[in-house]
Amino acid sequence: MTVHIPGALRSYTAHKGEVQIDGATLAEVLTALDRRFPGIRFRIITEQDTIRPHIRIFVNEEQRHDVAAPLQDTDRVYIVCALSGG
Amino acid sequence: MKSPAISLNPTAGPIALLIGTRKGAFTLKSDRARRTWKLSAPLFLGHIIHHIVCDPRDRRTMLMAASTGHLGPTIFRSTDAGKTWKESATPPAFPKVPEGEKGRSVGHVFWLTPCHANEPNVWYAGTSPQGLFRSEDGGATWKPFSYINDDPQYREWMGSIQDGTPDGPKLHSILVDPRNPKHLYFAMSGGGVHESTDGGKTFVPLLEGLDVVEGFAPTTATFHDPHCVRLCPSNPDRLYQQNHCGIYRLDRPSDTWLRIGKNMPKKIGDIGFPMVVHPHNADIAWVFPMDGQTVWPRVSPDGKPAAYVTRNAGKRWTRQDKGFPRSNAWWTVKRQAMSNDAHETVGLYVGTTQGEIWASRNEGATWTCIARHLPEIYSVEASELGR
Repeated sequence: MTVHIPGALRSYTAHKGEVQIDGATLAEVLTALDRRFPGIRFRIITEQDTIRPHIRIFVNEEQRHDVAAPLQDTDRVYIVCALSGG
Repeated sequence: MKSPAISLNPTAGPIALLIGTRKGAFTLKSDRARRTWKLSAPLFLGHIIHHIVCDPRDRRTMLMAASTGHLGPTIFRSTDAGKTWKESATPPAFPKVPEGEKGRSVGHVFWLTPCHANEPNVWYAGTSPQGLFRSEDGGATWKPFSYINDDPQYREWMGSIQDGTPDGPKLHSILVDPRNPKHLYFAMSGGGVHESTDGGKTFVPLLEGLDVVEGFAPTTATFHDPHCVRLCPSNPDRLYQQNHCGIYRLDRPSDTWLRIGKNMPKKIGDIGFPMVVHPHNADIAWVFPMDGQTVWPRVSPDGKPAAYVTRNAGKRWTRQDKGFPRSNAWWTVKRQAMSNDAHETVGLYVGTTQGEIWASRNEGATWTCIARHLPEIYSVEASELGR
């Protein structure tokens, strides 16, 4: 499926804004993403497997709070940095 | 029993200031005379850099504690004195807890300490929420260190996210006795100062003599708020401390801190964040006081910045403000933002919350602004880099 990478994380993906990653759940996609781009997962997900406070993950147009959420091959995953402050 | 002083030769080379700011890292490099300074382009622009430290054991390895407003914390490392950087493969992280339990997540790495000369590649890191971590491969990988991160008593002393500084309580001032790598100290804001003599297998609080906020019990570590603790390189049995409640000195083997800040001028008080010690003379130390009255403005008292030096281990303090603005300078110096070099006539360096770096080539007698318009400065470390 297609995973959209925010600008703040493109240093990990050789500046690609979209990458193709396989996985049956959000957790599997993030693990596969980290295998391909080492270090990226920990910037998004805490060591307790929760999404970091200023990160949002959308599947298609729906926000997901749980990384165990199942995915379809045709889904599009958006990782979004929730910007705030000056 | 007093330990013999350790003879450290003064250095004479150019200085590199490693500057951590709220929006990236910078270096300022001097000539040998420390008269001219050249500012680098920003490194990791937009990252929050809490601390950058060069390893004095090889003068080439550097670690940088970084996070951003949204991304998780990490550590960047350089093995060529800052020319190139790579991310740690496994940055400090607490263990994953079983389903249903509430585990902790590192918010940011706050403090970095290279270990003993006999333990090359070993580093310690302190985090927020408060945790102690160790790397044995020059910062490439990190593991929780000691039992304190999960010990019920220590966890109680560490408190919650609401019990410390505004952006989270911090484990800091990780000190390694230069005579013995198993002899360690660390400090927690809040949670007090702690000592291990067995390489971290056990730690005990060192709280005797320290004041806490009125109405609270000084016997409870939770209520202690050390801001910065320094060990004297020339006499590792002497520690100095700038605390939320005053300035202190501790001469081991005594375990009772002496409030030497009571000798500060009354109108200035003895509140502040940073403290530095002379590298060659354990009787000399500096603080940079701030206004700790009423609602704690945390700015230079009366808007007039000054360092204060003691040359007799805290019996007397002398104001050092020549060169600083004479009025209306309402900035703060954070706990990691005051540093010194090891020249025979020691250089002192101060980074301000207003993004200025001030330097003194003469142990604080006169000060010059050597950089301005940087982002809010969190840390300044003076190093002599290898070739």
